[in-house]
Amino acid sequence: MPKQVLCKLIKKEEIIKDIYKFSVEAEEIVKLSKPGNFIEIRVSNQTEPFLRRPISIYNLDRENGILEFIFQVKGNGTNILAEKEVGDKIDIIGPLGNGTFRIDKYNKIAIIGGGIGIFPLYELAKQAKEQGKEVYCYLGFRNKDFVMLEKEFEKVTDNLVITTDDGSYSKKGFAIDYLIEDMKKEEYECICACGPIPMLRAVKQYAKEDISAQISLEEKMGCGLGVCLGCAVKTAKSTKEAPEYFHVCKGGPVFNAKDVDF
Amino acid sequence: MNTKINFAGIEMKNPVTVASGTFGYGREYSEFFNLSLLGAVITKGTSLKPKSGNKPPRICETASGMLNSIGLQNPGVEYFANNDLPFLKKFDTKIIVNACGSSIDEYVDLCRILNTLDIDGVELNLSCPNVKEGCMAFGNTYEGVKKVTSAVRKVLDKPLIVKLTPNVTDIASIAKGVEDGGADAVSLINTLLGMKIDIYKRKPMLANNTGGLSGPAIKPVAVRMIYQVSKAVNIPILGMGGIISGEDAIEFMLAGASAISIGAGNFINPYTSIKTIEGIQEYMKKCGIENVSDIVGKVEMN
Repeated sequence: MPKQVLCKLIKKEEIIKDIYKFSVEAEEIVKLSKPGNFIEIRVSNQTEPFLRRPISIYNLDRENGILEFIFQVKGNGTNILAEKEVGDKIDIIGPLGNGTFRIDKYNKIAIIGGGIGIFPLYELAKQAKEQGKEVYCYLGFRNKDFVMLEKEFEKVTDNLVITTDDGSYSKKGFAIDYLIEDMKKEEYECICACGPIPMLRAVKQYAKEDISAQISLEEKMGCGLGVCLGCAVKTAKSTKEAPEYFHVCKGGPVFNAKDVDF
Repeated sequence: MNTKINFAGIEMKNPVTVASGTFGYGREYSEFFNLSLLGAVITKGTSLKPKSGNKPPRICETASGMLNSIGLQNPGVEYFANNDLPFLKKFDTKIIVNACGSSIDEYVDLCRILNTLDIDGVELNLSCPNVKEGCMAFGNTYEGVKKVTSAVRKVLDKPLIVKLTPNVTDIASIAKGVEDGGADAVSLINTLLGMKIDIYKRKPMLANNTGGLSGPAIKPVAVRMIYQVSKAVNIPILGMGGIISGEDAIEFMLAGASAISIGAGNFINPYTSIKTIEGIQEYMKKCGIENVSDIVGKVEMN
């Protein structure tokens, strides 16, 4: 059951250029949130920009009722959001999404993320670690200037592989290639992914039948609640003659990779 | 202070309803507030058979509004009757089903079924701009509107509201077709057909290329059309198009709407409809208005 809350911004940090981490007081939302859930933010109480902005949850501090989210300044909406000051109230609806990461049954987990897709994976890794699971993590970035949150992820994983496309930091190449290589020797029971579509497709392609492949998808949203039916994604059963859709906001954002055609 | 109205034979506790396609079948918003507070719930456009809708992307944001091309995705009337109607019946509000079809026969068959259900009225959708067949194709001529309306009228005993598209040259003459076809009320406006282009890809943002514009951006168009229609017909008007506050609602009522719907405004704040009811009450208090129906059509033109 989502809540609409005016949340006080208590900490704001530009972690790398144009990427901000906000910490807000949101006890009601924190209590209900699971890894993979997202929130919707109304950045202005005017009608411009009009729609709320869906943003993934980065960290849940249950003890203090603090929710942290990270976003990239991309356009009008995120620009206005980035200008908020500590002490400001932010209009947030959450938690949203019924499709969250489900890891209860698995003990050895691989987590893979690319670029700004890594944010919802932190809380997942943290909870997995707290539950005593083995967590292997692969994070890919364009180059050294885009590498972020390495220390944070290190604390909540058993093994962390950082890659850059051009090799300017850590391992060279795509994170997915290192995961595929490791899958030959490591017996992962579950892969959780969020990032660029080619990465997610590769996860779907390489995850064997007995591995749970869970991917977090993104689509333009109207309401974020499952009402407007805007954020459609084809189901695996969908055909040209009989198209069939899930909706990212309600069925997702996390889906079993085998259930969706993206 | 009395906010009750009788809209086309439907006794509503206040003039605020929610527009088709922006409220689903009520479940999602019932997690935020009690649906019994609303004058009526107008359901998602419902067809005889399930519809899967259009290819994504289906949504894009525009200045003070949005474009959508959902394509009337819905589970069909049978599913509605078995699953959504029992849920809505738990609330003390009126239920109006938005009905869509791709041929006159389909509209008639659908309304024959709706006539047997425990609902309070039907809003006939002759105005969706996002489907190839039916809907707007009937809604853009006097003859088309009259023909579908009178065919449906023959099988429907419940209050019949016909929802019109603004994508026409003379809305007043088309509204006349609704009245002449025997409907109890007219609702307007549906979305305005629009397009947005991604300038780097040089392609429209929506997979369907065009979509329906809604939100505060279209409000002045809606107010003008409601005024024009109110002068042309003697049936009540359900007004909609960019309403997000009590002040907006009052403007529509002064122009001639007896009741109003909140559409895209639901998306930006789940409580928009409730705040609109409160805003209407505040205006009535401030201006010493006893009955909300007293302000309908009371605009004084220059």
